[in-house]
Amino acid sequence: MAILYATIREVDTITIVDLSGRISLGEGSALLRRTVRDLLDNGHTRILLNLGDVNYIDSSGIGELVSGFTAVRSREGQLKLLNLTKKVHDLLQITKLFTVFEVYSDEGTAVGSFG
Amino acid sequence: MTPEAKHLEVVLDTHVESVNLAEEMCLRVAEAVGFNEDECYRIGMSVREGVINAFHYGNQEKPEKKIHLVVDLTQDKMIIHVMDEGKGFRLQDVPDPLAEENLLSTSGRGIFLMRTFMDEFDVVSGRTGGAEIIMSKKIPAPGSPSSNGNGGASSAAPQQEA
Repeated sequence: MAILYATIREVDTITIVDLSGRISLGEGSALLRRTVRDLLDNGHTRILLNLGDVNYIDSSGIGELVSGFTAVRSREGQLKLLNLTKKVHDLLQITKLFTVFEVYSDEGTAVGSFG
Repeated sequence: MTPEAKHLEVVLDTHVESVNLAEEMCLRVAEAVGFNEDECYRIGMSVREGVINAFHYGNQEKPEKKIHLVVDLTQDKMIIHVMDEGKGFRLQDVPDPLAEENLLSTSGRGIFLMRTFMDEFDVVSGRTGGAEIIMSKKIPAPGSPSSNGNGGASSAAPQQEA
């Protein structure tokens, strides 16, 4: 089972996390949790998760996305999603999380959406 | 059990790696009997969620407890049982993850995903003392949209040799 990789970059004061692999129970979920927590601890509260290369998320991974969203919001920040694969898109749709997350398919538009 | 049926039973440790192992095993069976890529994804995800449920909620991540995975292939269905050694639970007590007040919950979506992705789903008291998740999916006929061309209902459970 492929694990998760995370690469962090900054664009116009927005922190973009490029993720690839699986966000699932175990290492994948743990890495996402650590990444968001470390960003918040270092004062980064405007976060865009690029899920373009994430081909699989299970309920643990969904829980971690929600946990990240609420953690960032509690610091008065914003966490948004970019480039969902079809499987991840469908999963967020059936779990009604599209009503929670702001989702973008274009990086420039997503970066410009942060207030 | 009919003469045509096939039965696979595995006892797994209460360990995170058992989740991946169970998913991979069931994916191989699903591919072999002819489910296409999308249906295999749904079956794999459901097995994964069933074993996560047994690992985390049923067995409370206690390593001395076991997870029992059973796959039955009948002429027309792939039936999966996941049993834990916990205290069991009732489906009606599981909160609805789609309810407005639960949307920001960080857990509780596994049962919903299994129900959504499989044709049949139920939870009963298992013979191992805990909960038994039973879920099934109809094996596709060769040439049907959900078939990968490998197997299908007519060839999934061949007649055993006498």
